Amino acid sequence: MSPRLVRADRDAVRRRDTPLSITVDGDALSGVAGQTIAGVLLANGRRAWRAGPSGAPRGVFCGIGVCFDCLVTVNGEPDVRACRRRAADGDQVATQSREAR
Amino acid sequence: MSRNVVIVGAGPAGLAAAAAALRAGARVTLLDAAESPGGQYHRMLPEAFAAERPGRLHHGWAAFDRARRHVLGHPRCTWLAETSVWSLERRDPGDARPPRVHLVHGPDGAGRDRSVLDPDALVLATGAHDRVLPFPGWDLPGVFTAGAAQALAKGERLAVGDEVLVAGSGPFLLPVAASLLEAGSRVRGVLEANPAATVLRGWGARPRELASQPGKAAELAGYTALLARHRVPYRTGRAVIAARGDGRVEEAVTARLRADWSVVPGTERAVPVDAVCVTHGFSPQLELPLAAGCALRDGPEDGTAFVDVDDDQRTTAPGVHAAGEITGVAGAPAARAEGLLAGWLAGGGSPDAPELRAVRRRRDQGRAFARRLAAAHPVGDGWKSWLTPRTVVCRCEETTYGALCRAADDPAGGSDRAVRLGTRAGLGPCQARICGPAVAALLGGRVTRTATPHHRPVAQPIRLGELARPPKEGTP
Repeated sequence: MSPRLVRADRDAVRRRDTPLSITVDGDALSGVAGQTIAGVLLANGRRAWRAGPSGAPRGVFCGIGVCFDCLVTVNGEPDVRACRRRAADGDQVATQSREAR
Repeated sequence: MSRNVVIVGAGPAGLAAAAAALRAGARVTLLDAAESPGGQYHRMLPEAFAAERPGRLHHGWAAFDRARRHVLGHPRCTWLAETSVWSLERRDPGDARPPRVHLVHGPDGAGRDRSVLDPDALVLATGAHDRVLPFPGWDLPGVFTAGAAQALAKGERLAVGDEVLVAGSGPFLLPVAASLLEAGSRVRGVLEANPAATVLRGWGARPRELASQPGKAAELAGYTALLARHRVPYRTGRAVIAARGDGRVEEAVTARLRADWSVVPGTERAVPVDAVCVTHGFSPQLELPLAAGCALRDGPEDGTAFVDVDDDQRTTAPGVHAAGEITGVAGAPAARAEGLLAGWLAGGGSPDAPELRAVRRRRDQGRAFARRLAAAHPVGDGWKSWLTPRTVVCRCEETTYGALCRAADDPAGGSDRAVRLGTRAGLGPCQARICGPAVAALLGGRVTRTATPHHRPVAQPIRLGELARPPKEGTP
């Protein structure tokens, strides 16, 4: 019961996958070159990675860079839209929160 | 000397505009926030996927591929991928030139370069995104816009869930359901909120007009057959009115609706799903037209608006043309016709060129199609009754419906501006792109309207460090 990548060997577009690996809050996640950071997170079963002002969990909503729900920190750069940023091998992703501390 | 035309957006409208402006002899700069042209309609797979058959997921791929190669390979065309306009700088009054175009280049992140363009003509083709009305639980992970499901399936081969409901209104529900099925999701149903009578009346009137859109009709027939093959029910007069779950969507509540979208009591049903994909029409991306000084015209529903254009796709701002979904939601063929017209005229082509006659006719057919679409899939006011006082309306700031109502009823307030400042609705990171039309509709009639929710002086977020560095000289 979770989002997943279409298997390459069954994909009608006949893609050839190049594996990559990123870390999210220190955990290693594997992905495929060409996926966005949001795509890697979703395909690894993570539906939420950001917290709204009340602490409510958020992930992808609009998927095209409009809603800013999916913001993450990538290699130290905060507020990157995970749905708009291709994952690069070795990317260090940190999740963000708008919760009042 | 040939004219310099800058085209913002490389979807169906922008790409057609580029082709026509090149044909008219202009020099063209075509830019898009994405890595590849195509927009949301022809969203391309990333090159890294090394796909042998990328066209398998697209309607009209061959024609799009030809247009793309022709435009991007043209010696008078500069293609700027991953480029956004963060600001348009208007000229002094009386200056007939379009605004200066301030760009930022590179993938989302820090340290992007800036540059500035001084075009002779500007074509805005920035498109639209899903309009999603709020409902209880729409802020749970697992609720996606239909566009997100489509973009993830077509653009990176990801199925957003195993058991999915597709709900809302409009023909876009069908290609989204098709993409989900193709990617391996089980689609539990496609729910059109409008009753069959409204949909049929809207599409059925003046059938002669519909015959002018044979491509669209064939596309529609294909989706219908696919849904039937997978035994996916298509229900009219039914909607997802709530999503529930602990930290993520576990079930959707559907209900039968009256024609005005109010719930028929006792028809609520819980459907176990792990994803809900919703769309209630489209919101045009209006920040750049507004920044350029283009006048808007009101859309069919409270809080919606489109760019006002004349018969030549000219906006009310000097030197600025508009094409595609920002002038009215009519789909890709209409967007292409508008783009051709806008690009040709922006590029200095003669308004009396004989080949324009057919283009104008297609554009007019597109506008008729848009009116039909709006009539068949209106947004009923009754959606407001889906909300409870605790329902989040502004996702960014988590402003609830109850807080909005209290602020609207506050005698010290009185304007939409006061309500926004008091509740922060629409003031978060998305700058009201998502909740703007809904907040405007909820406040309509209760407080004085002072401003359009689409006004954003900084059109795209830019970091202070990027602003601090001077822009690069010349064409980037």
